[in-house]
Amino acid sequence: MNTPTQTSLPWRIARHTILMTGAIIYLFPFIWMLSTSLKPADEIFMSGFHLLPQKWAAWENYTTALTQVPLLRYLLNGIIVCAGILVLQILIALPAAYVFAKTEFRGKRLAWALVMLSLMIPFQATAIPLYILLYHAGLLDTTSALVIPFIASAFGIFLMRQFFRGVPNDLIHAARLDGMSEFELVWRILMPTAMPALIAFSIFSVVWHWNDFFWPLLVISTMDLATPPLGTMFFMNEESGTNYGPLMAGTVIITLPLLLFFLAAQKRFIEGVTLSGVKG
Amino acid sequence: MRIKHTQLALLLGPSMVLTVLLLVLPLFIVAVLSLTDWQFGANTWNWIGLSNYAELWQDDTFRKSFINTMYYLVMVSVGSIVIGLGAALLIESHSSLRAFYRTAYFMPVASTLIAMALVWQFLMHPSAGFINQVISWFGLVPQNWLKDYNLALPSLAVIGIWQMSGLAMVMFMAGLKNIPTELRHASLLDGMSNPIDRLFRLTLPLLGPTTLFVVTVCAIRSLQVFDIVHVLTSGGPNKATEVLLHTIYNEGFSFFRMGYASAMTVIFVACIFIFTLVQQAGMDKRTHYA
Repeated sequence: MNTPTQTSLPWRIARHTILMTGAIIYLFPFIWMLSTSLKPADEIFMSGFHLLPQKWAAWENYTTALTQVPLLRYLLNGIIVCAGILVLQILIALPAAYVFAKTEFRGKRLAWALVMLSLMIPFQATAIPLYILLYHAGLLDTTSALVIPFIASAFGIFLMRQFFRGVPNDLIHAARLDGMSEFELVWRILMPTAMPALIAFSIFSVVWHWNDFFWPLLVISTMDLATPPLGTMFFMNEESGTNYGPLMAGTVIITLPLLLFFLAAQKRFIEGVTLSGVKG
Repeated sequence: MRIKHTQLALLLGPSMVLTVLLLVLPLFIVAVLSLTDWQFGANTWNWIGLSNYAELWQDDTFRKSFINTMYYLVMVSVGSIVIGLGAALLIESHSSLRAFYRTAYFMPVASTLIAMALVWQFLMHPSAGFINQVISWFGLVPQNWLKDYNLALPSLAVIGIWQMSGLAMVMFMAGLKNIPTELRHASLLDGMSNPIDRLFRLTLPLLGPTTLFVVTVCAIRSLQVFDIVHVLTSGGPNKATEVLLHTIYNEGFSFFRMGYASAMTVIFVACIFIFTLVQQAGMDKRTHYA
């Protein structure tokens, strides 16, 4: 609801002035990145701000970026790792969420306390033991090392349980009367009803692991196995941080997938990312 | 509803076993390791009780790192909350360009931070950076933002605020939506027609629980700062940007002093736990509101 003062012209002008200034500042790094990625080296170091280059060097910059380091390989690795983590997280968390939401059993309070405790543990806290464990299992510097630590998502259980609690018991009784097993019940009845929550969780999970830098940095040393953030670091070292044209072209390629995803599905994306507020 | 034991084991077993193996047990191992002098790769180790913690107390690097992290936490949390709240209130106050503004302020949250860190490094470049150009237009002295002892940490905090305020903003927007419109109608009928008046006497008090939540989220996230430090400054110059996770990383994975790094990790977890407990206490309060 707008009040008279809030629709008055001076107020509207003030609102736009403040918000537009902020928006330009917030968007500026993206504009600068894109603009630099199109320019040849001599123009990059020219003073003043020119949005478009006088002499286009987009082709050179982007081909250099793509050939210097295997950028597309990093993106593919990112997709593989995120998909692997997400599928396993769902496979493991959904049945557990159903059990917590809809059944009674001995030790339920204790098991739930375990889930709640896990919610509070920041991932970095487990890095040292998991590193040692993977070292002894001979799994360091493999894709599995990027996936395994994350497959038990307490947050996934927590979130899906909240949703499953709202599913009518009659639906479950009816399915059982139809002779459905508990497993079929989870995957054929409950999962379809939980799609909104599942999508939000998926976005949360994918964004989190796509952007994670700490863990890949610890366990991956082979360039070809890097995910996009780690690849960015390799790329920066390769370019020794001075050849800004190709460097910015590379960052465009790295940031684009997630940004396009965000622009295409903003509401859902914001929903998913905001969940990270609940999980520290 | 009751289900059979075998079914229970199959449905719940995998998640519980993995949670214990991947989260609870590692946390326990960290606590145990923190009481030893174990180094990665060494065959022997000794119980040394609380010596690691005593050493931490004396360790200048750790002290510096702890103080820096808290300094960063306060700067980024306050900055993100002020900008996030301001943006949320202004954007929601009128419908014009609302979607555009929300997208613009949220874009940094949706981007890969490590890649954007490279862009910021370029913007903050001492000679070619755009920020120094702008500064010299105004006749001010250009700075070496990331390499100056006094400026490096605030510069990283600017990047942190840029990245986090969009998240604070959408959480405040959600909080604003929860304020019943009847209350605003009532306040208008009661003659509270001055928007500033209404902001301080109605909106902000009702946003209290949301604010507590946003504060803890920002604090927990700031405590976990690592990426931009590792890529842009490596903790330098002269430890000016050394932060907890970076110190843990160095001790544990560069020097392989796992026992000592574990003791730091315990402190780190304790800090996060404190904020989580505050958050949960606040959430309980929020349910009383509703």
